Amino acid sequence: MAGATPEPGLDTESAGWVRRLQARGNDRESAVRDLHDLLQRGARREVRRRCAGTGVSGRELVDLATQAADDATYAVLAKVAQFRGESRFTTWAYRFVVLEVSRKVGRHFWRQPRAELTEEDWNRLPDALGAPPDHVAEVRELSRAVRRAVDDLTDHQRRIFEGAVLQGISLDALAVRYDTTRNALYKTLYDARRKIRASLVAEGYLGDEPSKEVRAHE
Amino acid sequence: MSDWSELDAFLETDPADVGCDEAMRILHVYVELVVSGEDAAARYPGVASHLRQCGPCGEDFEGLLALVTDPPPEGVGRRLRKKLRGGR
Ligand SMILES: [Zn+2]
Repeated sequence: MAGATPEPGLDTESAGWVRRLQARGNDRESAVRDLHDLLQRGARREVRRRCAGTGVSGRELVDLATQAADDATYAVLAKVAQFRGESRFTTWAYRFVVLEVSRKVGRHFWRQPRAELTEEDWNRLPDALGAPPDHVAEVRELSRAVRRAVDDLTDHQRRIFEGAVLQGISLDALAVRYDTTRNALYKTLYDARRKIRASLVAEGYLGDEPSKEVRAHE
Repeated sequence: MSDWSELDAFLETDPADVGCDEAMRILHVYVELVVSGEDAAARYPGVASHLRQCGPCGEDFEGLLALVTDPPPEGVGRRLRKKLRGGR
């Protein structure tokens, strides 16, 4: 058998995947087919979950899933030698499919953002910020304060904040638009959020201590 | 005074937040901790913080969690071929 010996400590199923994917000839071919099948099923499920209620359906949905499964299969094959068994093999492989679906769906929904934000976009600010609808005057005042804070951001921070928050464009879509990564944009937004918050605290709209939020994912 | 907790939560930044790349790098490990009922957030607080604040990464977490918790079943044809091949 060709290929490296699987890491010690892998569970039987994971070790089987690694061994078969690193074999030669028919064994490997059938392993690759099984892998693609696994990822195809994962991709379809994940595309359906993400596209629920978006109007994407039928052929379009199948195409997105197939492309994601194909790319995820290549990624897994390229990295299988680096698999260290930190999780089960299938969990590790599914991660590639989720990331591919995420990227593809994000791009699929990418709308060319308008060059200039309209007053209407700014009027959506209270909504975008989750303002309670019953305090019209306060909301208007706070919106103005946020807008002042946004004006004080750097050009790049402002563009990203406006695109992500006011126009509701996904970070993955913005990453395509600005030829950068989700991670880099998240950092930009992180800095923007920190600056805006500091400015609202300075103006007395928010308290010094962040409110302790409901902790999701815990 | 109105309740601005949603705005506050949105603007909140946690210095421990590890960012997208790191969170996605260990997403599979994090998800398995969650599935096995361990305190994933205590083990990786910077990841937990990131998944709370980053919409797209939170969505990826939900997606992987769903696949691991309830994996899509194999089709009948594939199960049959596997059997014929003598595979597991
Ligand atoms: Zn992220």
